[in-house]
Amino acid sequence: MEIKRERIGTGTADTGGGPVDPRKLRVNTLDSHELLRGAELLGPSQPATMDGEELERYVHERVLTTTLEKAVAWGRSNSFFPLAFGLACCAMEQFQAAGPRLDIARFGYEAFRASPRQADLIILAGRVSIKMAPIIRRLYDQMLEPKWAISMGACCSSMGVFNNYALVPSDKFMPIDVHVPGCPPRPEGLMHGILKLRAMVQDDPDAGWRERYGARGTEEIVPGA
Amino acid sequence: MPDATGLELLAKELRDENTVGSEAILGTLHFRARATLEVRPEANRAVLAYLRGRGYASLMSVHGVDYYPHEPRLGVHYELLDMSAVDRVTVTTRVSTDAPALDSVTPDGPDGPGWPTANHQEREVYDMFGVVFAGHPDLRRILMPEDYEGHPQRRDFPVGGEPVIFTYNEHESFGVTR
Repeated sequence: MEIKRERIGTGTADTGGGPVDPRKLRVNTLDSHELLRGAELLGPSQPATMDGEELERYVHERVLTTTLEKAVAWGRSNSFFPLAFGLACCAMEQFQAAGPRLDIARFGYEAFRASPRQADLIILAGRVSIKMAPIIRRLYDQMLEPKWAISMGACCSSMGVFNNYALVPSDKFMPIDVHVPGCPPRPEGLMHGILKLRAMVQDDPDAGWRERYGARGTEEIVPGA
Repeated sequence: MPDATGLELLAKELRDENTVGSEAILGTLHFRARATLEVRPEANRAVLAYLRGRGYASLMSVHGVDYYPHEPRLGVHYELLDMSAVDRVTVTTRVSTDAPALDSVTPDGPDGPGWPTANHQEREVYDMFGVVFAGHPDLRRILMPEDYEGHPQRRDFPVGGEPVIFTYNEHESFGVTR
């Protein structure tokens, strides 16, 4: 099967850079009809002679068109691999989110990875001391793109009740996609945050956020690896 | 706990002891059923060594205090426990912030064996209060990062804290990697 990738409205190689004629999309649709007919995908019960309204309805019921970006984002957002990483008391709520009552496996996020290189979501569950911050940053850098970060709880976002020499808010040393407020947030709160992140990944991958903070290309490159 | 009389007797015993010296004990304090001996900073090892022979053989805790604004500001407390008599006594000593030097009780010395448990606790007092323990085998910061400046548990250390970036003030603050 052939997948064609086209950017609507900004031109493709076919049109020499100009915008795509909307009528061409119609032609593409008809082409896909031909493809179905020619490949005899309709099955033995459906003679290849199907035509007109009947074929139109048949295709409408069975073919879903989308963009590759959307398909990929849909896949990514429904299978986050969180890093198995807890910092303080919020981690208890994080575990509970994986427990039977909330069960984030329902959404496909149950695969907590022990290695940052296999994870694409880091949940900072707890307060971050200034001695821990470089270590967390290193973990974040070891994760591969695309990657996301959730700051869970008041301490991690704004140091909460600990406004003193020992702690640092997580925005200071790494980009955070979603802040979950609470002290600690209930597991439902964390779940809400993850689902917000899912919506972000699906509909509006970054909302321009990463560009604003220069949060691109932060992978740690291991020499010779 | 020695009662108030027992504490005075213990202090007299220490003053009469040759290794400690009559000048070493600055005073006694019996407050809320806790017996405290205040000693000169240079006598801390000798006093602890004598009390160990007296039965107070366990050093339960070493910790620092900042008595700001009273001088000398920095205090180091040694909590001793007699396991067989179930008896506790506290030895405190005070040093100034100008010359916060004190003999470490960790290593063995001519005045007797050391207290290995004091190793990490003296490091913590050094980290948080800046008391420098002479003779300590490995005097480094233990809780704060190695390159941290200042001793954060001192009373004149600024409360500080990092300014928090919210959406409304993110442009006035330091960003992540901008």
